[in-house]
Amino acid sequence: MKQLGKFVIFIGQLFVRRESFRTYMKLVFDEAIKVGYNSIFIVVIVSVFMGAVTTVQTAYNLISPLIADPVIALVVRDMTLIELAPTITAIVYAGKVGSNLAGELGTMRITEQIDALEVMGINATSYLVLPKIVGSILMFPLLVIIAAFVSIYGGYVTALVTGVISGTDYIIGIQMDFIPFQVIFAMIKAVTFGFIVASISAFKGFYTEGGALEVGKSSTNAVTSSCIAILAADFLLAYLLAPLLTL
Amino acid sequence: MIEANNISKSFDGKQVLFDVSAVFQKGKTNLIIGASGTGKSVLLKCIVGLSHPDEGSVYFDKRDFTHANKELQTEVRREMGMLFQGGALFDSTNVEKNVMFPLDVLTKMRYEEKLERVNFCLERVGLENVNKKMPSEISGGMKKRVGIARAIVNNPNYLFCDEPNSGLDPQTSIRIDNLIKDITAEYNITTVVVSHDMNSVLEIGETVIFIYQGKKLWEGTRDDIAASDVRELNDFVFASRVMKELKDSR
Repeated sequence: MKQLGKFVIFIGQLFVRRESFRTYMKLVFDEAIKVGYNSIFIVVIVSVFMGAVTTVQTAYNLISPLIADPVIALVVRDMTLIELAPTITAIVYAGKVGSNLAGELGTMRITEQIDALEVMGINATSYLVLPKIVGSILMFPLLVIIAAFVSIYGGYVTALVTGVISGTDYIIGIQMDFIPFQVIFAMIKAVTFGFIVASISAFKGFYTEGGALEVGKSSTNAVTSSCIAILAADFLLAYLLAPLLTL
Repeated sequence: MIEANNISKSFDGKQVLFDVSAVFQKGKTNLIIGASGTGKSVLLKCIVGLSHPDEGSVYFDKRDFTHANKELQTEVRREMGMLFQGGALFDSTNVEKNVMFPLDVLTKMRYEEKLERVNFCLERVGLENVNKKMPSEISGGMKKRVGIARAIVNNPNYLFCDEPNSGLDPQTSIRIDNLIKDITAEYNITTVVVSHDMNSVLEIGETVIFIYQGKKLWEGTRDDIAASDVRELNDFVFASRVMKELKDSR
C-alpha cells in the first residue's frame, strides 16, 4: 500500500511545475522514436510467430467436419485482435522498453543527474517521466496495430506454407462476423498497457537507491511489476469490456 | 548570504545532523569540512533543498527557502548552480548541450546567444574545443570543469560544490579550487564547498565550519585553524605527517 501511495504521488508530480509546451514536444518526439520506432523489429518478429503458431494450433484443434475451415482464420483474427496483439506485445514491450527506461532513470539517479535537474529548479519527475509516458501512450497503440497486422498476415503465410487451411478460406475467415469494436477494444488495451509499462518502469527507476547493482534490480523489478500489472489490467478490461463485444 | 538555522536531520530514526547553524557570506568561499560520514553532504542537501530538514530553516538572502511554497523554491533554485561530486553531466548529450541545458530550459535566449554564453563559460573554466565531446570521452578533471561551466552558465547568485576535488590529482585539484575561488570573487556570489581535502581548506577556505558526528564543532577562517584548540578539528586537519610538520613549523 505504501508503494501504491508513493506511485500515486509520483504520477501527481508529473503535472506540477511543468516546463514549456515546446520543451515537452521535443522530448516526446525523442521518446516516441526511442520507445516506438526502435521496438518495431522485435514486435514484428514476435508477431509473425504469434500468428503462425495460432494458425497451426487452432487448425489442429478444430478438426471436425461440422466446423468450416474459415472458422480457423476467424479464431486467429479474434485472438490476435482481442488478446494476443495487445497483451503479448505489451509483455515484450515491458521487457525491452520497461527495463531500458528503468535502467536509464536509475543510472541518472545514482549519478546525481536527477539531483542536478532539481537544483536547477526543474521538476525532474515531470521533465524526465512525462515525455516517456506520453511517448509510450502514443506509440504503443501503433505497435499493437503493426503487431495485429503482421500476426494475421503471418497466419496467412503459415496457412499457405503448411497447407493447414487454404489461402481463400483464410481470407474468408478473417472477414467473417467481424465486430469493429474489437479494434477499439484492442486500442483501449494498448493505451492502458502503454501507460502501465512507462509509468511503472519510470517509477521503479526514478526511486533507485544505491549503485550499479540496484540499477539492475530496478530494471528487473520494472519488468516484473509491469508484467503483473499488464495481466491484471488485461483481466479487468476483459471483464468490463468483453460484454460490449456481444452487443 | 545564506543562513542555515538549527538544522536537524535523521534517516530511519538515526539522527545525522544536530541543530547545525551557519552563515555563508556573499563573495566568499565558505567551506564545510569534516570526515566522511559526519553529515556534511546531508547538510549541503538540506541547504539546496534536495533533502528536507526535520527541524530548522535555510534562508537565501532573507527568503525562507525551507518552508517556501513551490513557486518561491523554484525561483530560488533558479539562482543556484551546483557542482556535484561526479560532475552529474547528462550522459546522453555532449559537453556543449550539457552546459547549454539550463539556458535551454530556463531562458528564452536565441540559439546564437546561448552558444556564445556556453563558449564563454567553457573558456572561463579553461576548456576549448571540447564542445562536441561526450562526457564519457573527457577526463574526471574536465568533467568537473564542465560541471562548473554548467553551474555558472545561468549567472547564479549561489554556487554549491560537493567534494569538487574527489578523485582528482593534486594539480587538477588546485586548478579546480582556484577556479571556484576566482569565480566567487569575480561574480560576487555566495559559494559553499563541501570538502575533506585539506589543501582546499588552506587554499580557498575564507570561512570554514567543521562538522563532527553531525554537530558543528568549530567555525572560523583558514588562518584560525592552526590556533584552534578543538581536539577533533586538530585530529582531522593535522592527521597527516606533512600537515603536522606544517603546523609545528608555524
